[in-house]
Amino acid sequence: MASVAQTLESGSSAAIQNDESIVVRFAGDSGDGMQLTGGQFTLSSALSGNDFATFPDFPAEIRAPQGTTFGVSAFQINFGSGAIDTPGDAPDVLVAMNPAALKTNVGNLKPGGLIIADEGEFTARNLTKAGYTVNPLDDGSLNKWQLVKFNISQLTLDAVKPFGLGNKEALRCKNMWTLGLALWMFDRDRQPMIDWLNGKFKKNQVLADANIAALNAGHAYGETIEIGGQVKRHHVNPAPVAPGLYRTITGAEAVAYGLVAGTQLASMPMFFGGYPITPASSILHYLSALKEYGITTFQAEDEIAAIASAIGASYAGQLGVTSSSGPGIALKGEAIGLAIMTELPLVIVNSQRGGPSTGLPTKTEQSDLYQAVYGRNGDAPMPVIAARSPSDAFDCAIEAVRIAVQYMTPVMLLTDGYIGNAAEPWAVPDMSTYKPFPVKFLDTVPEGGFKPFSRDEKLARPWVKPGTPGLIHRIGGIEKQIDTGHIDYSPANHQAMTDIRKAKVDGIANSIPDQDVCIGAAGGKLAVVGWGSTYGAIHQAVSRARAKGLDVSHIHIRHIWPMPKNMGELLHSYDKVIVPEMNTGQLKTVLRDQYLVDAKPVNKVSGQPFTIAELEVAIEESLA
Amino acid sequence: MNDMTTIAKTTPKDWETDQEVRWCPGCGDYAILKAVQRTMPELGVSPEKTVFVSGIGCSSRFPYYMETYGFHTIHGRACAVATGVKLANPELDVWIITGDGDALSIGGNHTMHLLRRNLNCQLLLFNNEIYGLTKGQYSPTSQVGTKSPSTPFGSVDRPATPCAFAMGAGARFIARAIDTNKNLPTVLKAAHAHQGAAFVEIFQNCIVYNDDVFAPFTEKANAGPHQLWLENGKPMLFDGGKKGIALDRKELHLKTVDVVDGDWEAAGVIVHDVKNRSVAHMLIDLRLVDGFPIALGVIFDDPRPTYDSAVIAQNIEVSKGKTPDLQSLLAKGQTWTVEKDNTVFG
Ligand code: SF4
Repeated sequence: MASVAQTLESGSSAAIQNDESIVVRFAGDSGDGMQLTGGQFTLSSALSGNDFATFPDFPAEIRAPQGTTFGVSAFQINFGSGAIDTPGDAPDVLVAMNPAALKTNVGNLKPGGLIIADEGEFTARNLTKAGYTVNPLDDGSLNKWQLVKFNISQLTLDAVKPFGLGNKEALRCKNMWTLGLALWMFDRDRQPMIDWLNGKFKKNQVLADANIAALNAGHAYGETIEIGGQVKRHHVNPAPVAPGLYRTITGAEAVAYGLVAGTQLASMPMFFGGYPITPASSILHYLSALKEYGITTFQAEDEIAAIASAIGASYAGQLGVTSSSGPGIALKGEAIGLAIMTELPLVIVNSQRGGPSTGLPTKTEQSDLYQAVYGRNGDAPMPVIAARSPSDAFDCAIEAVRIAVQYMTPVMLLTDGYIGNAAEPWAVPDMSTYKPFPVKFLDTVPEGGFKPFSRDEKLARPWVKPGTPGLIHRIGGIEKQIDTGHIDYSPANHQAMTDIRKAKVDGIANSIPDQDVCIGAAGGKLAVVGWGSTYGAIHQAVSRARAKGLDVSHIHIRHIWPMPKNMGELLHSYDKVIVPEMNTGQLKTVLRDQYLVDAKPVNKVSGQPFTIAELEVAIEESLA
Repeated sequence: MNDMTTIAKTTPKDWETDQEVRWCPGCGDYAILKAVQRTMPELGVSPEKTVFVSGIGCSSRFPYYMETYGFHTIHGRACAVATGVKLANPELDVWIITGDGDALSIGGNHTMHLLRRNLNCQLLLFNNEIYGLTKGQYSPTSQVGTKSPSTPFGSVDRPATPCAFAMGAGARFIARAIDTNKNLPTVLKAAHAHQGAAFVEIFQNCIVYNDDVFAPFTEKANAGPHQLWLENGKPMLFDGGKKGIALDRKELHLKTVDVVDGDWEAAGVIVHDVKNRSVAHMLIDLRLVDGFPIALGVIFDDPRPTYDSAVIAQNIEVSKGKTPDLQSLLAKGQTWTVEKDNTVFG
């Protein structure tokens, strides 16, 4: 990764530096529109053919007091001409819109990295709010970085003056000014952003024009001599990727579209019961707008009603889906048990966040694995799938639907706040390459009579829609007699039914692919085993370690429960196994339990994703 | 809701299952079950299009005894499950069976929202003012002073009034009946005829843990002076027509009046109008004090568009003119094409 610092030293003002990848972090007050700036910059990266990964990092408070450190909202993007798997460890460039943004983000900036600061916001009042006693722009404390400061606020006000906006409205265009400057710095085309602004402010041409003027002004500012000597331009070549149609996608979109695709492949209408919760609500939002796909969305009165209504819908013959985050999943626990007991298909999406309790609603964590695998009363086995990236979430959602309808079982799909919010380029899949798995309801009395809890070769019971003549039956959460489904508390029957429920879920292993090794050999000195959103960081760390000649492989598990059938053998083929997780060692426990393997935990529970460097250290220590 | 002409005629027997009924001998639930099974053939509905959904409690065993589709769910959640059933298939005739603990304690939230949304279904709340299944603890409808295993010195908290709760939640049909009373089928029929959430509180005697708690108005001797059976368009008379309910215009509350020689008009007795919400409020609040009766029958019935019909209508409306093309949905938004030589087109 080329450092911006080097280019600052060596480049001439006219030259454009070619880089492999660059990490830029936009940071400002929650009200500064940094997520929007970042989002548009991401789009521009996509349109330039770069591979990228992003990390929106925003506060839990919607309107935290202005200028405070806990009100800082940041957006990090790593874009490059090679494969990009993570949003990058440390930024090369930090755009700081106020003192608080500088204070909370500068520590992570690469030595020699570039700071672009809005001088206009470094007022005595804002400095105090951020906890600075002296202005860091003036006291030399930022000497190990390159500092470029100008009054973005004033420059924006000047640029939008002709449009007669009020001061507050005019200042809102600051983020577009900043975006304009960034577009200049990274040699990007402005036109798509202008089109986007025209579309966004369709109903208010003055606002559109003002924002475009700010964007152009930021760009022009870079072009002019005013900063020409201080900031160099960079060009990042397109990443070589397979030809085809691409778009950007976030994990939340991917889950929503994957659920739509899954229900279409199953030839089923979808019923989605949800309750607002960060960071899961966006799935409800996306699906609410897609009614023409046979989707009914229901914003329930609480998390319990969200899942209970989905179970009711599955009973009535649609595919019930519900989604939440950890605290909401906890509330759904009893109802998940009901779906397991009545053997109804159901998809439960958990967009994990920092816990326990309310925890860190906007920060990411993988600490609900125990909850997913073990978190219910009784012996209540349930399949669990984990997505590794935004685009992977699409296929995982389809897989969750398939397992749910083929095995008549609830399925939990794990994503997390990072996957949900982060965007990455996505090769738009060709749906004709997906194999349909249409659901067959039982609609006539089978030979030998109808038994609601008879089973097929997968041990799945028949799915019957109420309304079907001749198949009237009743289900419930009380233990049922084998085959007939009548209430039955007898010891032998409970033993047998418990065994069947377990065997059914264990049997799902027969329908999933063997565990593969993402990089490296099957067998060797060290396996780094991960799941979920740590994929990118592990992938990069293992690649780098291998480049240094270390014998290390990366295994990433999608099917958390049941696991692929070759998992035990695979893990035992390595001398050592380490399991990096954003929790205190949950997958590690499952692996140890299931395969008696001496898996060692590598843990981080700070609400922030692993950096590549942290994992490189862990790999090197394990092999030392 | 069903087309009468295409439905095969049924008898009460057709609505009985082969399952052994397991309530305590003498439990009021038996009478309610019989009344429901007697009523169903008169509704012009078919068993396979009927779904009984229940929560947990003695009453919630009900679906096992009805020869219809049935779902015995979890404690308090019958309303939520039923909402999913009805939205997924509005053709189904949905009955919710619940109790005072199930509907007003653990499941109070779902009851409130089902009534507020006005899901087209019948909700029968068997009120026995006690937790029977868990062996007799006091419930949210128990009267102050109820002695139970969890309140050995008597309960100190005030009970909820189920119909007042329903009223507050915005229910458009509110009725009361008594387990063993001959009027129960009439009330059930009215509930079924109502398009929308029909809330029926049934006073149900728990012979084991709360025997005779309703005797002050259900006992034969008390029925006359303490049961006011309401009928739309009829004067509010009770005690064999010797007494009536009138409005105290000065105090703006209801009062009892004596009716002499059947001349209820002269006595100022009010004619029951099921659409009158203010009077319904007052009727629900009548207690067995100062010679007042308990208001029974259909207290309020003023239909509004149902939630399920509104959801379906919107689903249809906003889908008009749109073709569900997944492939183009996936390619929506800002896209770019990468050619073989890795040039990019926005
Ligand atoms: S405990 Fe009471 S309510 Fe329950 S079945 Fe027995 S008598 Fe009926």
